[in-house]
Amino acid sequence: MARTIVPIGPYHPLQEEPEFFTLTVDGEKVVDIDVKVGYNHRGIEKLSEAKTFDQSTFLVERICGICSTSHPFAHTRAVEDVIPVEVSERAKYIRTIIAEGERIHSHLLWLGLAGHFLGYNTVYMWAWKLREEILDAMEILSGNRNNYAMFKPGGVRRDIKYEDVPVVVKKINSIVPTLEMLKKAVIDDPVLHARTKGVGVLSKQDAINYCALGPTARASGVARDLRKDCPYGAYDKMQWDMIVTQNGDVFDKAVVRILETFESIKIIKHCLLKLPKGEIDLNIKNIPPGEGIGHIEAPRGEVFHYVRTDGTNRPVRHKIRAPSFMNVPTFKATVIGQTISDATIILAAVDPCYCCTERMAVRNIKGKKLYNGEDLVKLSQEKTERMRR
Amino acid sequence: MRRQEVLKDIKERFKEDIIDVFDKSSKRVYIEIKPESIRKVAKYIFKDLGARFNIASGMDGREDMEILYHFILEDINLLISFRVKLEKPKLEIDSLVPVFEAANWIEREIHELLGINFKGHPDLRKLLLADDWPKDVYPLRRDYKEWDKKAIRDRGV
Repeated sequence: MARTIVPIGPYHPLQEEPEFFTLTVDGEKVVDIDVKVGYNHRGIEKLSEAKTFDQSTFLVERICGICSTSHPFAHTRAVEDVIPVEVSERAKYIRTIIAEGERIHSHLLWLGLAGHFLGYNTVYMWAWKLREEILDAMEILSGNRNNYAMFKPGGVRRDIKYEDVPVVVKKINSIVPTLEMLKKAVIDDPVLHARTKGVGVLSKQDAINYCALGPTARASGVARDLRKDCPYGAYDKMQWDMIVTQNGDVFDKAVVRILETFESIKIIKHCLLKLPKGEIDLNIKNIPPGEGIGHIEAPRGEVFHYVRTDGTNRPVRHKIRAPSFMNVPTFKATVIGQTISDATIILAAVDPCYCCTERMAVRNIKGKKLYNGEDLVKLSQEKTERMRR
Repeated sequence: MRRQEVLKDIKERFKEDIIDVFDKSSKRVYIEIKPESIRKVAKYIFKDLGARFNIASGMDGREDMEILYHFILEDINLLISFRVKLEKPKLEIDSLVPVFEAANWIEREIHELLGINFKGHPDLRKLLLADDWPKDVYPLRRDYKEWDKKAIRDRGV
């Protein structure tokens, strides 16, 4: 029988990230898939061996633009595990706030993109509009919309001011009604049902066999969430629910992410209002020889860092495992047997990590002036100050 | 409570395979085992104890090549890392892909970055490096020179 190969990539037209899918199709049906990655391989594990522990926290923050906090979080926990040491309560709460803020904006980003992939651009516009509020809240807290640079081994670098808390809580509260509306619109929409229900099913057996992580696993009925299983940060200090659904299709993956956003809002509000007093940094001076493992639940699943030290201020080995490394191979289980038109959304349903950010230049229309880097930094600082007021 | 039982069970069941046990903390245990028994041990902990495979991490030591297989038992919050040491220059170990699919990509990665051969792996193609990466040049090995002239010239950079 004649078979056709449909290449998607090496630069994915919709996901805008370098990976290459080779779909073998028989008529409309996908019969085989091959994933090729590595177009953006930057050698960060090797590079990290030449950096001190303080420096590599910022290095790993650059692995991904979306989950930019999860990598430093896991890395600092790995370094703390070498010693071993527990950070202060206040630092734990601040870390939790930043990590949850990131989860909200990451899930909203995915929801918007999923709508965009399906040709449902209204969802895309609404989700990204809500995401903007969260990014503003994060800017008030950390000074940055992304790449917050809040973490360091032993604590956090920047304190949260009490006067900022009401502003941030107000901003977060302001998205809840719209998010409720969006939730109903997505969950009850007949078109979305038709496009996503029963599409790209990852069975529970496959989720365990591929060791799928995060929302991808939880949508298939595998109740695994490091925030519950191996409590870290302040997650064991409050009530929240782990969202687990049973069907494993694209629709369930979307539902898990939407409902998780509400849980994250709950967690972040609790942390902001119950922020304990105390030191934020332990001022770790020496890292003894040994090995440490840090793992946390990122928006897409578990991020895993392993650090081996020899008593100097640089690691001997630093292994990084992002969640997409485990989730992307599940395509073999989900996409085969589906039609080619559904492949796009199935390949996006695990929320593969977008690791590239773009550069920009700004032009002022009135003065026709092209800002340089310094001006841009000044402008953005002014904007942060304006929002804080 | 269950943590002790699980560890005791593993220690007794694989008495001949275990070389050393390092009980680091309440959440971390490092167990060094013989390289030839990795598939047996991994099968037991994955299928029978229901552990999740986190990842494997390879490292080039002075005398030997080392691989750590990290497994997590989520119900008791215990991370067990199985350490195997491979004598240079015979770098070969059984693949874990027949036991669970999740080992597929990481074994390809270790294969190309450290040059360890995984026996029984169905598809040991390159994962991250370019297809025209020079043969027998392994970037994560100690003797790799970062700006290896030959490697760079061959890639046309």
